[in-house]
Amino acid sequence: MSGIRVLVGTQKCAFILTSDGNRQRWKLSGPHFVGWEIFHLTGSIADPNRLYASQYNSWFGQLIQRSNDGGETWEPVGNKFLLDGAIGNYEGYDGTPQGWEFKRVWHLEPSLSDPDCIYAGAEDASLFRSTDGGQNWQEFRGLRAQSSAQRWQPGRTGMCLHTILLDPSNARRLFAAVMAAGVFRTDDAGETWHPINRGLKSQYIPDPNAEVGHCVHSITMHRSRPRVLFMQKHWDVMRSDNAGDSWQEVSGNLPSDFGFAIVVHAHEPETIYVIPIKSESEHFPPDAKLRAYRSRTGGYEWEPLTKGLPQNDCYVNVLRGAMGVDSLDECGIYFGTTGGEVYASSDAGDSWTLIAQRLPPILSVEVQTLP
Amino acid sequence: MIRVILPGHLRALVNAPSEVELHISGQATQRTVLDALGAQYPVLRGMIRDHVSQRRRPLLRFFACQEDLSNEVPDAPLPHAVTSRAEPLLVVAGIAGG
Repeated sequence: MSGIRVLVGTQKCAFILTSDGNRQRWKLSGPHFVGWEIFHLTGSIADPNRLYASQYNSWFGQLIQRSNDGGETWEPVGNKFLLDGAIGNYEGYDGTPQGWEFKRVWHLEPSLSDPDCIYAGAEDASLFRSTDGGQNWQEFRGLRAQSSAQRWQPGRTGMCLHTILLDPSNARRLFAAVMAAGVFRTDDAGETWHPINRGLKSQYIPDPNAEVGHCVHSITMHRSRPRVLFMQKHWDVMRSDNAGDSWQEVSGNLPSDFGFAIVVHAHEPETIYVIPIKSESEHFPPDAKLRAYRSRTGGYEWEPLTKGLPQNDCYVNVLRGAMGVDSLDECGIYFGTTGGEVYASSDAGDSWTLIAQRLPPILSVEVQTLP
Repeated sequence: MIRVILPGHLRALVNAPSEVELHISGQATQRTVLDALGAQYPVLRGMIRDHVSQRRRPLLRFFACQEDLSNEVPDAPLPHAVTSRAEPLLVVAGIAGG
């Protein structure tokens, strides 16, 4: 019988939840990497037992950990993320030019075909790749070298490259999302990049339609349709049907279109999920009710999913990397909260079960469907 | 030989004993001791000093002989009590409250 592995990164350590394909009984292992922020814990599609973790704390900085046995054991690998030369500046909080500096890795994206190849999205906004299982890292200089980079600005938690998407149909195409700059695409395997933010509208910047400056929180795609992208922006849920060349708002009837996480159903490319959050200054669910919202129409029309979720006095947030799906026949949906709870649905969101609680604030949730 | 005491997080990372002994060829300074530490435990490279600038990471301190040596120049000789093994060099993680 197939199984599920849920990889949970938190502010203080990591946990791994496992279940058989029934998804009724869950076993929690951990804490792993005690005392470290685990920004992202993820696994290779090419080899599900190859896991990677981005481990950071403010005393000792960055380290990447690797497991070859599904998280039973780990080995520290590389931590040398050297920016490939000085390339101008970006505009800091106080308006002064800031030189790029590596701070930490927010996101790891394993190659679709090679377990030793993995991409890392970092703060300050930069993209790295390792082809030897995380031991050595090289920067894609072209992302920072493009002209718009001089106009990028950090969001409240820094200027991070937080999402990387790989196009399964075109190995030379990658997408990268940067807070608070926008989305960028390469069509030549990372050599050159350009902004793809046409159609985004952000009232919090001087020109709401600017080429860059948009606070994109997360982007996602269904692997069968890599030209269709979905985005949860600071405000607004968006979609693109042309690989990001243009975007349109699909917030529809959501109670709030502010949020962080967005995922696509494993088998229905037009079914997407978000967790609405009240506002930028009130990072908790509207009306203190924790609700996932599902659209079966690729946006516009949304339905609340509440069964099994707290419907009163709930003041948690769900961060950008803290939602995932499995690929069993009945698609499972999972998310973790800043209150340390992990919720799972084994019926595509119709009902939810609390599968872990009282963990540290959850930064990331990734889901592996095991053979 | 120089005795070095590492923070618990770093000891756990490399499975090091509570006190590490390092052989230093030439003069014992912060730089040569940390170079030797990195040679013995490559994983620790970049975790005490920044990879690029080679400067001490901001929330770490170096203590010895009840003195704070953190802001000494990296090539300054370490105290005799450290080079004679009477005292260890301590790498200390700053207190974080909250």
